[in-house]
Amino acid sequence: MLSCKEVSYLISEEQDRDLGIVERMQLELHLAMCKGCTNLRKQMSFLRGAIRRGPPSDDDTPADR
Amino acid sequence: MTSPASLAHTVTPETLAAMRTDMLRFATLQLRDSHLAEDMVQDTMITALAKADQFAGRSSVKTWVFTILRNNVIDAIKLRARTVNAGDYVAEGESMDSAFDALFKANEHWTPAARPTDWGDPEDALREQQFWTVFDACLNRLPENTARVFMMREFLELDSHEICHTLSISMTNCHVILHRARNGLRRCLEANWFTEGAPAC
Repeated sequence: MLSCKEVSYLISEEQDRDLGIVERMQLELHLAMCKGCTNLRKQMSFLRGAIRRGPPSDDDTPADR
Repeated sequence: MTSPASLAHTVTPETLAAMRTDMLRFATLQLRDSHLAEDMVQDTMITALAKADQFAGRSSVKTWVFTILRNNVIDAIKLRARTVNAGDYVAEGESMDSAFDALFKANEHWTPAARPTDWGDPEDALREQQFWTVFDACLNRLPENTARVFMMREFLELDSHEICHTLSISMTNCHVILHRARNGLRRCLEANWFTEGAPAC
């Protein structure tokens, strides 16, 4: 069973590389039992989405959506 | 009068001016130098106008202009990264790593106080200007070289192979730096935005 610390690295790295099958299984197993790491993963994916979306801008008129 | 829809598909000083704020944010966050960012945005606008006839209309003007800006930012980053060596990342990482280690008990599970919280529906925050002020402040609090790696990955959307090649760092090191940056950023947001009545940073 991976520790939360180890899992935090996998959660970050899954955004940068394809995890191996074993890593993926270990990650999912841990997440199924750990609320903190589940929250962490949601936070990390929110961060990525937020950066890519950026602040609402002046020129985002409904016309060009 | 030109409708907003057709305006959005033509490269004019007006369409460029409307993107200026977004361009400045993009460049300033990555270069950490507002004068350089101003110059770069200005150059990008001039280049875009000069090449306006090359804009094929396959993407939006904004996408096209940001491609030019992005390339300018990448060139500037490459130039600056030449003066950074592996030790600089380590030095920056030390205090971030000890702060991170403090989140865990001896068995490497979260301490109760540090366990990541449920941010509810954080998408709502993205529509709030105040959130972005906090967000940008949190990005700016990341140490410079660590932030640069993170920005290359998330803003410039380069893959980690390209980043480690450009910066001459190992893939493992690149992943460690990205992990540091993400944790620094999320801890800062958790303390300053996602917690009621949190102390200022």
